[in-house]
Amino acid sequence: MTSQPSLPQDLPQVADAEIKPLIEKYLSAEGPLLPMLHEIQGAFGFVPANAVPLLAEALNLTRAEVTGVISFYHDFRKAPAGKHVLKICRAEACQSMGAEALTARMLSLLGLEDHGTTADSRVTVEAVYCLGLCACAPAAMLDGQLIGRASVEGLEKALEGAA
Amino acid sequence: MKVYLSQDAAAKALGSEAVAAALKEALGDTPLTRVGSRGMVWLEPLLEIDRGQGREAWGPVAPGDIPAILAGDIPSLGLTEEIPFLAKQTRLTFQRCGIIDPLDLAQYEAHGGLAGLRRALGLSGEQMIDEMKASGLRGRGGAGFPTGIKWDTVRMAHADQKYIVCNADEGDSGTFADRMIMEGDPFCLIEGMAIAGLCTGATQGYVYTRSEYPDAVAVMRRAIELARAAGVLGGDVLGSGRAFDMEVRVGAGAYVCGEETSLLNSLEGKRGVVRAKPPLPALEGFLGRPTVVNNVISLATVPVIFEKGAAHYADFGLGRSRGTIPVQIAGNVKHGGLFETAFGMSLGDLVEEIGGGTASGRPVKAVQIGGPLGAYFGREKFDTPFGYEEFDGQGGLIGHAGVVVFDDSADMLGMARFAMEFCAVESCGKCTPCRIGAVRGVETLDRIKAGDGAAVEVLTDLCEVMKDGSLCALGGFTPYPVLSALEAFPEEFGQVKEAAE
Repeated sequence: MTSQPSLPQDLPQVADAEIKPLIEKYLSAEGPLLPMLHEIQGAFGFVPANAVPLLAEALNLTRAEVTGVISFYHDFRKAPAGKHVLKICRAEACQSMGAEALTARMLSLLGLEDHGTTADSRVTVEAVYCLGLCACAPAAMLDGQLIGRASVEGLEKALEGAA
Repeated sequence: MKVYLSQDAAAKALGSEAVAAALKEALGDTPLTRVGSRGMVWLEPLLEIDRGQGREAWGPVAPGDIPAILAGDIPSLGLTEEIPFLAKQTRLTFQRCGIIDPLDLAQYEAHGGLAGLRRALGLSGEQMIDEMKASGLRGRGGAGFPTGIKWDTVRMAHADQKYIVCNADEGDSGTFADRMIMEGDPFCLIEGMAIAGLCTGATQGYVYTRSEYPDAVAVMRRAIELARAAGVLGGDVLGSGRAFDMEVRVGAGAYVCGEETSLLNSLEGKRGVVRAKPPLPALEGFLGRPTVVNNVISLATVPVIFEKGAAHYADFGLGRSRGTIPVQIAGNVKHGGLFETAFGMSLGDLVEEIGGGTASGRPVKAVQIGGPLGAYFGREKFDTPFGYEEFDGQGGLIGHAGVVVFDDSADMLGMARFAMEFCAVESCGKCTPCRIGAVRGVETLDRIKAGDGAAVEVLTDLCEVMKDGSLCALGGFTPYPVLSALEAFPEEFGQVKEAAE
């Protein structure tokens, strides 16, 4: 759902040597691929393309299998997000409190036509389906900070406050 | 003076951390205990002060209120326990949530914790199964399968390794009970999983939860470390010589992974694609071995069953729905939160009396029960008692017991379209009725919206195919919200309302 830089040269380069220790950390775990991917994304903000053959080699999988897993899950990014990530819930409970209108206003204020990243790479807006804050809807999350009863003013203020 | 402030994610989302900072400054040396949520979300951040007469409540509290509250200039809401929303509940599973420091094992024990595990250690596997069966506990994730029977299947299976997998992938809109108990009473889930392990012979457990729940992940991980250090988990559970250990795994934003076979694939590090059943996960589950897959609330209810006895638990309830259910009242509602009650309360009472009607003050139009795959009930079904069979009889399901309230501004055709759209986004892609059906469903609803009345028949037909032909509940239950909205509000789909009214 996120618009991402399309040219490979746009992407930050991550050395294999930086990725390998993150993979080795989970080699003895049962079902280690998701923990490895979370660790890699946690470190670099995305899963670099050169992580795929390293993961495949370590787990005795094909590169296609690893790519298939990465592409299945909404969380894993092939390119870094904007400096700030604003997730606005659009599940039913939040819709009952006006989440669709809130999203539309925020996108238009940020100059976005759809979910994605602003031209200056400052903010990525994403849809999320339920933050478990359904009794204080609509809910949003800015860089891991939860916001209940979110309003346009509240989200603008939070974005201004974010360095 | 004892001071308590909620640190549940909902409290944080409503500003509890600024309140905590103001409190710490004002309190000086008086300690502040951070607790889970009492479940009264409209009162969060909820502050409680005990001056020796019981815990009095203030909420919602802003940082600027603190000096006046401490000086006695702002009256409290009274004793927390006497606030009607709490006083009317029967708290069994959530007995400690919001009361104790979630990471204080001594407080956990002082409030009845570990009594169930100690009792279970003196019972044989068969006796534990009898206790579970007698409690009448059914899967709280939504399917309602008797937990004792599932455990017995795993117990009787022969394998060198068995697993307890806790399904904490609470993706249903309107539900937050799993999150609340993981953040507010994590040892309760750990104890329940340990009992399940002892009963079935499983020595390893996994809690599979959501990346959208970072607070719950952090609290659970810390609680597991503390439980291990205290000998509750590990190679010698409470000195019994028996082993059980567990860890937390985090999903990656796929709703379908709440389906148990998809969850198992994800836990194995694969795409979260649904598996055909049989084989049952109880026989061939995680890594092909016998696996109990239970919802958080099912497992977190086990300790109280063993602590107070199966009969005590089974005494509550209605028909074949025994015990209590934590109803989560959410959406456009005045008093939203978690309301644990014996099965049997009517839907209307939950929405109007407990929930206080809508937050917007407008009339209630419909409620969706059981998440994005649950049916919409209009007011004419408000006398339905909360129970598995009772909801089934009305063409709905209780699911994970989330109730999302909508006021009269809700666009029901839009909500039906959203159900199909959500299914299309989240479908794992394995079966055609779900993968393609959901896309066609969106298109068909757009035709209906454009005035093509004949498309309604196509829609109902499509829903039949999805119901009968899908591998799992995602495709199979998406027709619930769609058809129930069509049935209750035909005029919004360009149909003439039948003369029944």
